[in-house]
Amino acid sequence: MLQQKHLLGLEGYPAEDIQTIIDTAFTFREVLDRPIKKVPSLQGKTIVNLFFENSTRTRISFELAQKRLSADTVNFSASTSSLKKGETFKDTAQNIEAMKIDAVVMRHPTPGAPLHLTQHINSIVINAGDGTHEHPTQAILDMTSLHEKFGYLKGLKVGIIGDISHSRVALSNIHGLKTMGAEVTLCGPSTLIPPFAEDLGVSVNYNVDEVIEWADALNVLRIQRERMGGGLLPSVREYRNLFGITTERLSMHKKEIVIMHPGPMNRGVEIDSLVADSDQAIILDQVLNGVASRMAILYLLLGGKQEQENS
Amino acid sequence: MKTTKLKKQVVLKGGTILDPINETLKKGDVLIENGRMKSIGKVTPSKSADVIDCSGLIVTHGFCDIHVHFREPGREDKETLDSGSMAALAGGFTRVCVMPNTDPPLDSPESIRYTIDRGEECPIHIHPIGAITKSQDGKELTEMGAMLSEGAVAFSDDGLPVTDTGMMRNALEYATMFDVPIINHAEDLCLKKDGVMHEGKISTQLGLPASPGITESNMVHRDLELTELTGARLHVPHVSSAKSTDYIRQMKKSNNKITAEVTPHHLFFTDDDLITYNTDLKVAPPIRTQADQKALIKGVKDGTFDCIATDHAPHTIEEKEGTFDLAPFGMIGLESCFGAVNRALVKENKLNIIRLIQMLAVNPRRIMGFETDLFTNGNPAELTIFDPNKKWTFKKSDIYSRSHNSPFIGEALIGRIRATIVKGHITALV
Repeated sequence: MLQQKHLLGLEGYPAEDIQTIIDTAFTFREVLDRPIKKVPSLQGKTIVNLFFENSTRTRISFELAQKRLSADTVNFSASTSSLKKGETFKDTAQNIEAMKIDAVVMRHPTPGAPLHLTQHINSIVINAGDGTHEHPTQAILDMTSLHEKFGYLKGLKVGIIGDISHSRVALSNIHGLKTMGAEVTLCGPSTLIPPFAEDLGVSVNYNVDEVIEWADALNVLRIQRERMGGGLLPSVREYRNLFGITTERLSMHKKEIVIMHPGPMNRGVEIDSLVADSDQAIILDQVLNGVASRMAILYLLLGGKQEQENS
Repeated sequence: MKTTKLKKQVVLKGGTILDPINETLKKGDVLIENGRMKSIGKVTPSKSADVIDCSGLIVTHGFCDIHVHFREPGREDKETLDSGSMAALAGGFTRVCVMPNTDPPLDSPESIRYTIDRGEECPIHIHPIGAITKSQDGKELTEMGAMLSEGAVAFSDDGLPVTDTGMMRNALEYATMFDVPIINHAEDLCLKKDGVMHEGKISTQLGLPASPGITESNMVHRDLELTELTGARLHVPHVSSAKSTDYIRQMKKSNNKITAEVTPHHLFFTDDDLITYNTDLKVAPPIRTQADQKALIKGVKDGTFDCIATDHAPHTIEEKEGTFDLAPFGMIGLESCFGAVNRALVKENKLNIIRLIQMLAVNPRRIMGFETDLFTNGNPAELTIFDPNKKWTFKKSDIYSRSHNSPFIGEALIGRIRATIVKGHITALV
C-alpha cells in the first residue's frame, strides 16, 4: 500500500504515496457525509495517541479518524517535564508497546523524536508534530484541501506566510508541495525565515503584496504572541502592517485567492476576521479534510496487512 | 587488552622505528632496560630478554592528548581516571591532560593535588588543567600560582567560554607571569542561544535550533587579539570552522605564542551525518560543513594546527538515549582516534605519517612543556606500537571508557594500535 512503514515526515516521501493518501482521503470524505459515519476497516487494531505536548485539534482529529475506522484508541498525555525528571523516553515508549498495540500517533516538542521512537519500538509510528521539524498529516490535509479546490497540485503556486522558522507545518508543506510539483514562496519577517530556506528549493519574498499577486493560494501561519516584543518581532502592529492578511490588502488585488490556515487562528494578528470568514477561506474544509486524510493515512498504514491476510 | 609489567630487558624486534623528532622512518630494534630506553637500531640484548615481534608494525613515541574529560571527581558513573586511562592505553596514549570541568571543578590547589595524587595510581601519566575562574563561572580568577605549584599545566574553563572580554584579558595578563597556555572554549553563547548543531541546510531540514560558524570564529578572533595585546600564550581548542582556521593561520605568522588543536571528529564527520538525529554527534563546537572540514584538513597540512586532541567527553547511555535537545554535548574519542585521523589525514589526504605522529606525540608535549625527546637513552619508555595499514571497523567492544557515546561505532578505520608502553608496563591489544 505505502512504501514506508511509518509516517515520520514528508522529506523524501514518495509522490505516488502522497497521491494515494489524497485519493483515499477523498473516498473517506464520502463516508463522512453519510448518516452513519463509521466503517469497520481497523476493527481490532489498537492505536495509542501519545501526546507529549498540548494539542486540541490534532488530537481530536486523529481520535475521530480512529473511531470512524473502528479502531480501539487510548490517549496518553505526558508532560515532558516528567521525562526530564526521571523516566527516559525509551522507557515510556517500551512500556506502552509492551501493552501490545499496533500504532502510535505521537506529538512531541523535540525534532526527531518520532524517528527516535521507531528505534525503540516495533509499532507503526505516525508523527503528529515534532517540535519545529515536521507535521506531515497537516501538510497532507492541506494538500488534500488544495487538490479538492483546484483539482491539481502540479504547478500550483502556494505562498506560506508567517513564522517559518518555528513552524513544522511550513517545513512539511514545503517538502510535500515540492514533491507534488507545486511552487512555494515563503513570506514573513526575515528574523522568522530560516537562513538556509532557499536550499529547500523554495523562494523567499519579504513583500506580502507581491506574494499575493503571484500565488494561487496562501497558507497563513499562526504568529505566536510570545514571539512579539522579543528580539524577533517588535510588535503586533508592525507585523499586521507588513504581513497581516487583511481585507484591505486582498482588495487591492484583482484576483480571487484561496486562503488557508492550520489553526488556531489569531484573528486580528496574522489574519482578519473578515478574511477568515469569507468565501475564499477554506479553513473549515481543511478541518474536515483533516479527519478524512488521517483516516486515509491510518487505513493505508494499518489496514494493508489485514486486507492481505483476508484475501 | 592485557597489561603486563615489563621484564628487566625487553626488545621490540623487527619493527619500523618512527622518530618524529629527527623525522626518520627506518627498520630497527628497540631495547628497553628496567623500563627505560637503552638503545635503538642494532641492539644487543641478553639471552633472557623478552623479545616482542614488531614486524610490520611502527614503533614510535607514546601519544599525548592534551584535551580529555575524565569526570573525576563527581561523575564517576561516566568515567574515572582509571577507566579513562584504559581508554587512553587502547588508543596509544601514554599521557593526557584532563579538563577541570569536574564536580566540583578543578579550581583550587587542593583539587589539583587530588588529581595529581590519583593520577600517580593510574597506568598512564595524568596532568590536570586548572580552571581559569572559580567555579568556572567567569567572575573570579583562580589561584593560578599555587595551582601550578601543585602540578597544573594549563588553565581552561572548557565546556564553557570565558564570555566576559575583560575577564579573558585579565586571565591572559595574569598567565604571562607563568608562561602557561590559556585554553578558551570559543563559543559566543549569545549567538549560540539554544543551538544544538551547525546552522545550515541540514539544521533547517531537521528543524533543530542551530548556530553559525562565526559563533566560534568571533570569539577565536577576540582571543587572538587579546593574546596580541597581552603577550600571553593562547591555545585554541577543538577548532571547528573555516574562518577560525583562517584567523589562527594569519595571527600565527607574527605571533609564536599561539597554538591550536583539531579533533578527530571535526576531521572525520560533517553535518550531513546528523541527518538521523544521532545524539552521539551532538558536540560543542558542532560538526560543521564539508567546506569547514576541508579547511580544517588544509589547516593540518599547512601547520595551522599543532596537534590532534580528542576532547574525549564521556556521557551515560541514558543521557545520550534521550531526545536530541536534552542529550549533553560531547563524545568519547581516545580509542578511535588513531584509526580515524590516520584514515582521514594520511590515507585520504596524503599527510606524511611522520607529521601525524608529531601532531599526536611531539607537539602536544611541547605545548604543555613536557619532555619531547622520548627516544633519548635513559628516559622512561613511553612508546606506541601500531599497524599503519590495518583496516577495521570500530565496534562497541573496542571501547574501554566507562561510556559508549561514540559516533565512530560502525565506521571503517585504517590503522590500529597494537601496544602501548608506559610506566614500566606494556598493554597489548589483541
